[in-house]
Amino acid sequence: MAISADDIQTTFLLGRLDWHAIPQDPIVWATFVVVAIGGVAMLWMLHKYRLWSWLWTEWFTSVDHKKIGIMYIVLALVMFVRGFADAIMMRLQQAIAFNGSEGYLNAHHYDQVFSAHGVIMIFFVAMPFVTGLMNYVVPLQIGARDVSFPFLNNFSFWMTVGGAVLTMMSLFVGEFAQTGWLAFPPLSGLGYSPYVGVDYYIWGLQVAGVGTTLSGINLLVTIIKMRAPGMTMMRMPIFTWTALCTNILIVASFPVLTATLVLLTLDRYVGTNFFTNDLGGNAMMYVNLIWIWGHPEVYILILPLFGVYSEVVATFTGKRLFGYTSMVYATVCITILSYLVWLHHFFTMGSGASVNSFFGITTMIISVPTGAKIFNWLFTMYRSRIRFELPMMWTIAFMLTFVIGGMTGVLLAVPPADFVLHNSLFLVAHFHNVIIGGVLFGLFAAVYYWWPKAFGFRLDPWWGKVSFWFWVVGFWTAFAPLYILGLMGVTRRMRVFDDPSLQIWFIIAAFGAVLIAIGIAAMFIQFGVSIMRRDRLRDETGDPWDGRTLEWATSSPPPAYNFALTPVSHGLDTWWDMKRYGQTRPRATYVPIHMPRNTGAGVVIAGFATICGFALVWYIWWLAVLSFAGVVAASILHTFNYARDYHIPAEEVRATEDARDRQLASAGV
Amino acid sequence: MPSIQAEGDKHHAERRAEAHGDHHEDSHDHGSVRSYMTGFVLSVVLTAIPFAVVMGGGFESRLLTAAVVVGLAVVQILVHMVYFLHMNTRSDEGWTMMALIFTVVILVIVLAGSLWVMYHMNTNMMPQMDHEALGLGS
Repeated sequence: MAISADDIQTTFLLGRLDWHAIPQDPIVWATFVVVAIGGVAMLWMLHKYRLWSWLWTEWFTSVDHKKIGIMYIVLALVMFVRGFADAIMMRLQQAIAFNGSEGYLNAHHYDQVFSAHGVIMIFFVAMPFVTGLMNYVVPLQIGARDVSFPFLNNFSFWMTVGGAVLTMMSLFVGEFAQTGWLAFPPLSGLGYSPYVGVDYYIWGLQVAGVGTTLSGINLLVTIIKMRAPGMTMMRMPIFTWTALCTNILIVASFPVLTATLVLLTLDRYVGTNFFTNDLGGNAMMYVNLIWIWGHPEVYILILPLFGVYSEVVATFTGKRLFGYTSMVYATVCITILSYLVWLHHFFTMGSGASVNSFFGITTMIISVPTGAKIFNWLFTMYRSRIRFELPMMWTIAFMLTFVIGGMTGVLLAVPPADFVLHNSLFLVAHFHNVIIGGVLFGLFAAVYYWWPKAFGFRLDPWWGKVSFWFWVVGFWTAFAPLYILGLMGVTRRMRVFDDPSLQIWFIIAAFGAVLIAIGIAAMFIQFGVSIMRRDRLRDETGDPWDGRTLEWATSSPPPAYNFALTPVSHGLDTWWDMKRYGQTRPRATYVPIHMPRNTGAGVVIAGFATICGFALVWYIWWLAVLSFAGVVAASILHTFNYARDYHIPAEEVRATEDARDRQLASAGV
Repeated sequence: MPSIQAEGDKHHAERRAEAHGDHHEDSHDHGSVRSYMTGFVLSVVLTAIPFAVVMGGGFESRLLTAAVVVGLAVVQILVHMVYFLHMNTRSDEGWTMMALIFTVVILVIVLAGSLWVMYHMNTNMMPQMDHEALGLGS
């Protein structure tokens, strides 16, 4: 049950932290037991196989963009399991809470579940997944050896982990926000959310937000400054283009989120009245500001996946992408237009007809460049020999699903229609349709497509197909009923229902969620099976799909330095050109390669920042001051670390490259 | 075809040499004592004026006071960009300018849009709020 304001006491030593912080909820206890057993088992395994120093030296402290990219994706997958657990809890609750039944979740718990689901899926699944993908692929595609600021990259990752840790911690210590994923005031103000839920939300996002912003700057600089010679802007692979636009959006919009949350923090911590009901506060301003970040955010998520689909379509049709230039301009148009539509998230808040029609029209306009992209992919596929490997299957599923989602989006963009559908399950179905059908399907295509590059062996296709079919069928079974319910006027975030005739739709939706669960399980089985059968699935060539862009020019997995000699681009699809003109592997004299050295500073600084976030959540002021001092001190100390780099000796490069030659010869390339 | 990649490294080395060589001044302007002093003095003046205006009780119209303060703040931003951040149309192959234009476009959209949107919502949804009394006009 929720803590009432009277129960909250503050002590010097522990702030507001006391026995009340342990949730009085058997479901949470059971979860804790399972998590604790799993955690202890994992620690014991790490200890038994003496993996601690391997993890620390090879992964945690690594500044290699490839390893950081993989760690981001592992984080996203772990958080995905948590976010999906929330989803299936909601589906179950809504399927049974009819005919006077209260379901199995009390209101306090249920409200946390839907808030946590949204926050986790967007900030700690989609964002790290996309960031990890860009981190891994972009430097390889532009022929670079790493990102521009390798240490910053490691630090960004650990800040994201810190935010995730704070969010997860709220499950067992205290509570999470019960406000929905954007924590609108006045509900998220101190008056209506007196306990720590919203504080966990704020500090989790602020800590992770530092990481996101810095990684955006890092990748932006990398793409602008570190392209291989000859790779002009209009010769960049399309995934790199979309990554560029996404990082521009990150750099331009995340500060808005940070500032908005700072204002909310001031309201909650020092008693200002930016968003309160009285004393001149205006809660509508919060909604306005957060959607100025929020709308670009959805394009931050989808744009890189448009890039993935483009790469996949070009590769598996064996053709140059149709309309590369229009694809680039469409991406740039979306980047700008994404800043002109934010009000469509709150048409019903009461702006006049002129405002609503302006934002309605801009929203409809944004579907034009998106539609152009769909046609480009279709024209690329037209009259080509399509190889229906899994990435291509996900791409087709995406096109069919996403077009429906886009059309329901245009429906919602009509202000009078939105007045009927606002905050209904129709909206919920719409954004899941575009986020699952667009972002998630693209991420699965990307994982299958680039996995051989990252690990040197393919993923097992059979389990991949099982996962694919359960996911696609499951998605439609889970969300088509929500469209219908939404049209009937059922609002989102409801815990119990009065009208028994609605129950059947919720049961169908819950069944769809079970199908998706099987799809997710099949995906993890696929990873396990593929790792066990890696010798049979081995790829020696480094180019298993007959790829077109530079990442396929190196070995799989690529050496730490990516490219022994910097490649030169003479046109679009650089690697395709190299293959077509029969370019041989370079045999020039190797020189020592200058590389950044691993450092633990990122883990330490982010660790302090996370402790600081925890201390601020619980009002433990002494700990907040100390840990913040720790952040500053560790950062200053790091600037005195002069052992930042090392050289891979020329002999080692030669040995690696010779081994690669033998590998290629044995593969018969 | 002989190794394209080796050629690439040569090209890269040349570009590096260029970046650190004679053409240095073209791409990065690090300013001079004179330009820093100009910027500093301008910043002080541009800070002192609004400060004086507000401390002196402001003008008759609060709108004018606000306009002067905000207007001088915008000029101050420009001074910082030119004298301290050394921004011009040439640096970094025009990327700095491009980034600036993009930022200005976004800022204009966000500020003008928010004012428009909030003004509408306040008039429609909060009729009890007395804008006249706040001197902001309505």
